[in-house]
Amino acid sequence: MTPGGEPGESVVTVDGVSFSYEGGFEALVGVSMRVRRGEYIAIAGGNGSGKTTLAKHINGLLHPSVGRVTTCGMRTDETSVANLARKVGYVFQNPDHQLFCTTVEEEVRFGLENMDFEESESAPKAQAAMELVDIVALRDRPPFTLSLGDRRKVTIASVLAAEPEILVLDEPTTGLDHHDSEHLMSTLRALNRSGRTIVLISHDMRLVAEHVDRAVLMAAGRILVDADVGAVFSDLELLREAKLVAPPITQVAHRLAPLGVSPSTFTPSQLVQQIEVLRGGGG
Amino acid sequence: MPAIQMSNVSVVYKGSKESALDQITLEVEEGEMLLLLGRNNSGKSTFCRLLNGLVPHSIPSTLTGAAAVFGKDISRGKVASLSTSVGMVFQEPESQLFCMSAEEEIAFGPENIAVPRAEIVSRVEWALDIVGLRGYNSRSPASLSGGEMQRLAIAAALSMHPRMMVLDEPAYALDPVGREELYSLLRRLKERFGMTVIIAEHGAEEAIQFCDRVVVLAKGRVLADGSPRDILSDETLFDFAGVSAPQLSRLSSIMRRRSLGTGSSIHTIDDAVREVQDAISTGGQEVPR
Repeated sequence: MTPGGEPGESVVTVDGVSFSYEGGFEALVGVSMRVRRGEYIAIAGGNGSGKTTLAKHINGLLHPSVGRVTTCGMRTDETSVANLARKVGYVFQNPDHQLFCTTVEEEVRFGLENMDFEESESAPKAQAAMELVDIVALRDRPPFTLSLGDRRKVTIASVLAAEPEILVLDEPTTGLDHHDSEHLMSTLRALNRSGRTIVLISHDMRLVAEHVDRAVLMAAGRILVDADVGAVFSDLELLREAKLVAPPITQVAHRLAPLGVSPSTFTPSQLVQQIEVLRGGGG
Repeated sequence: MPAIQMSNVSVVYKGSKESALDQITLEVEEGEMLLLLGRNNSGKSTFCRLLNGLVPHSIPSTLTGAAAVFGKDISRGKVASLSTSVGMVFQEPESQLFCMSAEEEIAFGPENIAVPRAEIVSRVEWALDIVGLRGYNSRSPASLSGGEMQRLAIAAALSMHPRMMVLDEPAYALDPVGREELYSLLRRLKERFGMTVIIAEHGAEEAIQFCDRVVVLAKGRVLADGSPRDILSDETLFDFAGVSAPQLSRLSSIMRRRSLGTGSSIHTIDDAVREVQDAISTGGQEVPR
């Protein structure tokens, strides 16, 4: 299931986009950004920052009021959502907004059949997608009898089955406990290593710090910063402006910067490694 | 009289063989702020639903053992009689807001128990003020942000003048700043009105700093019960309960394992800064214990 194309080439280009909802609320204001093939990025920000609105522009669910969005070489306002859906898989925040079939397997195959795949093709694609997220054992279960974690995996499998180049996930760990959330994040990491481009929408900065390469920080419909994760966490004030809070370890690291601790420290083990190096040097 | 008294309490849902709560015995004092911690299906929602009698009276289930809220036997009380002393707030505020305006939402409960008109008006203003939504009287709940909706749901519960607030994963859809605001609001309710506050969460990172006491649930049983300091000192507890360990408690146990720092436990950012400074400045020497 490795997507084609050159790594590093731009797969999403957002160019000067503003967007207003009916009634006039301006959710995006002059936003420009790009996503390159094979990247694993986060669009992060507080409630109402515009992050979901931006994500919905990537697969043409929303069209810019001003500016343009190009996804996999296609202008989103000139391409049908169905055509974009072959390239971009979108996983909604609430899995119940996209589940409606009577079994897990039907759910996973539904999108494929809509894209006119023959059964001989859709069956193995669905099987591969269910294997990837580890839900083969649930194939005959009605989705609504599953736990939230499993329902979310079903929506991811149904999106993955069509082998999209880009996967967009809106707060995929919301409501999942630690165990389910770690499992999902390692699945996403594996998908990214196999070449898939991933756009994660989240306000969980521990998740962003530990898993993502680059983060786009949003507040009030604007991009505050677009940089690799290390740089994003170097400015705690800016995070606060985006209604986000750095992980506790990163806050500790900031306070200890005068002693030589890197402000881009995200996990307890990263901090302990530095303690050992620094005390070696000082002692 | 304690706010909550439970002795050997078990709950089995209709159609299920396993106990959702299994032999729970505990007491919560009036005015305590308690964090119920556990992974999904650990029994924390059942515990919450028991407190206003939704379990066993509205959700088909069997309750055994003795459970009382403010001295009222839950197995005898009806939801309506318990709901005047216990305010409930659930995960998704959208699912419990249904009126056209914020003030109707808040007035709904008191109207149903025939509180006089003038008293309702003053309760509406009071509740909006407490949750930081003054002037939102005629706003439509649907037009509010996630955090504002959650605070409106709390205001609606507060207008009944409950003695206890029970919140099942109230931070679910809130951003980190919204969460801090929510927990400090709940802390204020405890401090200003002596309210008992019960919060169920599946992660400890933020809420634990605001609470007086933590009860860890696993498979319907109480795995641990103690102060935030006690609970945070025991990292294995989190693994055992399948709950994400707060980063600082992970740091604390890694540093102890490697004999770094003074060995005192780390609960706050300040503690961590002090311990790490100590570890770096004592160089390669072993710290005497």
